[in-house]
Amino acid sequence: MEGNAIFQELFKMSMAMTGIMVLVFGNAILMAYFERKWSAHMHRRLGPMEVGPHGILQSIIDGVKLLGKQLIVPRDADRTLYRLAPILSMAPVVLAFIVFPFAPKLQAVDLEIALVFVLSMASLNVLAILIGGWGSNNKYGLFGAIRSVAQNVAYEVPMLLALLAVILVSNTLSFEGMVRAQQDLIWFVFLQPVAFLIYIVSGIAETNRAPFDLPEAESELTAGFHTEYSGMGFALFFLAEYTNMLIVASVAAFAFLGGYAGFPLPFFEYSGVIWYLAKVYLLMFFMVWVRFTYPRTRFDQLMNFSWTYLIPFALVNLLITAVVVKL
Amino acid sequence: MNSEIVHSQDHHRHILNLGPQHPATHGVLRVLLEMEGEYVRTPEPVLGYGHRCQEKIGESKPAKAFMPNTARMDYLAALVYNHGYAALLERALGIEAPERAQYIRIICDELNRIQSHLMWLGAYLLDLGAFTPIMYSFDDRERILDILEAVTGSRLTYCYYRVGGVCQDVDQQFVDDTRAFAKRLRQRFQDYQDLVTGNIIFIKRTRGVAEFTEEMCARYGVTGPVLRAAGVPYDIRKAEPYSIYERFDFEVPTGERGDCLDAYMVRVREMEQSLRIIEQALDGLPEGPVMAKVPKKLKIPQGDYTFSVESPRGELEYYLVSDGSDVPYRLKVRVPSYSNLSPMSELSRGMLLPDMIAVMGGLDLVIPEIDR
Repeated sequence: MEGNAIFQELFKMSMAMTGIMVLVFGNAILMAYFERKWSAHMHRRLGPMEVGPHGILQSIIDGVKLLGKQLIVPRDADRTLYRLAPILSMAPVVLAFIVFPFAPKLQAVDLEIALVFVLSMASLNVLAILIGGWGSNNKYGLFGAIRSVAQNVAYEVPMLLALLAVILVSNTLSFEGMVRAQQDLIWFVFLQPVAFLIYIVSGIAETNRAPFDLPEAESELTAGFHTEYSGMGFALFFLAEYTNMLIVASVAAFAFLGGYAGFPLPFFEYSGVIWYLAKVYLLMFFMVWVRFTYPRTRFDQLMNFSWTYLIPFALVNLLITAVVVKL
Repeated sequence: MNSEIVHSQDHHRHILNLGPQHPATHGVLRVLLEMEGEYVRTPEPVLGYGHRCQEKIGESKPAKAFMPNTARMDYLAALVYNHGYAALLERALGIEAPERAQYIRIICDELNRIQSHLMWLGAYLLDLGAFTPIMYSFDDRERILDILEAVTGSRLTYCYYRVGGVCQDVDQQFVDDTRAFAKRLRQRFQDYQDLVTGNIIFIKRTRGVAEFTEEMCARYGVTGPVLRAAGVPYDIRKAEPYSIYERFDFEVPTGERGDCLDAYMVRVREMEQSLRIIEQALDGLPEGPVMAKVPKKLKIPQGDYTFSVESPRGELEYYLVSDGSDVPYRLKVRVPSYSNLSPMSELSRGMLLPDMIAVMGGLDLVIPEIDR
């Protein structure tokens, strides 16, 4: 009897992990394609056109190519750290997905502290970048790693402060709870517009994307922390970046845009998934749009922006929210 | 190597090799940097990776055979280099190119200048981390290359001018295409304005970065848009007009602070002025021959000769010493990029690495021109 329960739990776990892996890899393949196509059309180009109709198989071919490449460890690099970094960057971001409610009742675990769990998993990426940049024994890599740490420390503060305002309103840390609170009230993007803006800006900085892509700033640091990586080592960093984007967009969708809320579609039981994906990809389109509009900020400007604008605004916003909620 | 960097014993500092293979050096420039964290302490450009003995080649064969080589020095302003060399030999031999050829040269020079500035605009924004502008500017630049390809036969390293004129006449198609292009580019300036000039991050990255002063420019021999950004309206086309530039009505845009933003604005406004020159030249384009009578063997009279033209990067000067034969005894090319690079060391001391990249990009360096 007891063995059966364990088996059921294991079965449920492996199903959830399979689903999450499909989502994560599917997203990376899709986003690699979308980003190239979107940017191409913003540039009045065509983008990939050769592999499959309109190049839809391009990112799969790219993945196969990366799989076939030799793994090179530079001489004098710290072999252990160098090999560990890509794995460490990928594993935690996959774990973050177990607490997301993709639709009502479509969730691996409904954790009480889901938000804290996701943010801690997402910020482990910094550690991976740090040891990757340090371990590859390359000055550009080291610069990228150090920049990444400073940037993430500076931007996690406003991000948390912005989300704290949402927690005060919804009175829960679980995403399921937030979504339900928004169904009762109104989408928090209308209730907390300042928090939403601050969250999106810090989110772009968290994922190391332009205009805050300082850790890999191509024209300054060649490729930053992944300068020395090739093949699957590079591919895992690449995957982690897109997965991080997905996490940031997902948290925004759950905390501000009503999560899976939307009118039910007749043909699909879990129609919430479609609404969730629509919101997430809309946000990711926005991130790509920003990337191809702005030049890169300078490092001190980036830090100043966080400490002198984002954090004070987030604090004031939090205070006002606290007072209003108390009343 | 005689370098102050190598002898440094300070353990707080480290050495970073920027280039010769680096995305921001746009070619094979190597900058040896002594860094303190991300601050640049001593930048030291190391030159010569693309040296091809161009001047020596010029001294080892008949003068007019050197014409194609001029295009290989500055691949972005090949026609201006052609022009300087052709005009130098014309001055030495006392030949006057026909009126129509002069007009064609002016039009093609200015098209080449716009093309070079467009390329710079895109590459500079790429240095600053923006990817889109280079795609936009390449779109426009392609159209210039198409127009020039139709008349010159090549897209980048032109050899179109000859001693005594140009090698081939232009047709009505060229005139129409150029007019259409000028009209189009005027509209496109609005796009650049919206995307780049008004972009808050762009302004923050360039305003106040690397302020050139008139004194410093004079000390290093800096010319071109960088000098004009510092407020000195010095342009060879106005200062000592060559060809028929004195017939056209155009302005020399200048900046006030000499920083990277001013250098950017000067180049953008120069493109507008070039369009004005092109349109005036198209209006006044006379009929007639495009080649003067030139002897087959060019025996250059004994003496030394110079000729300066305004390249997109500054003053380009050819200096030729002749011993009376058809092979120059000495050929010296004074290239603007070399002098423009010189103050970078002084200017970027104590700067952050990204600012140094912004300064280097703002100088609009073409490395094969420096190394030649």
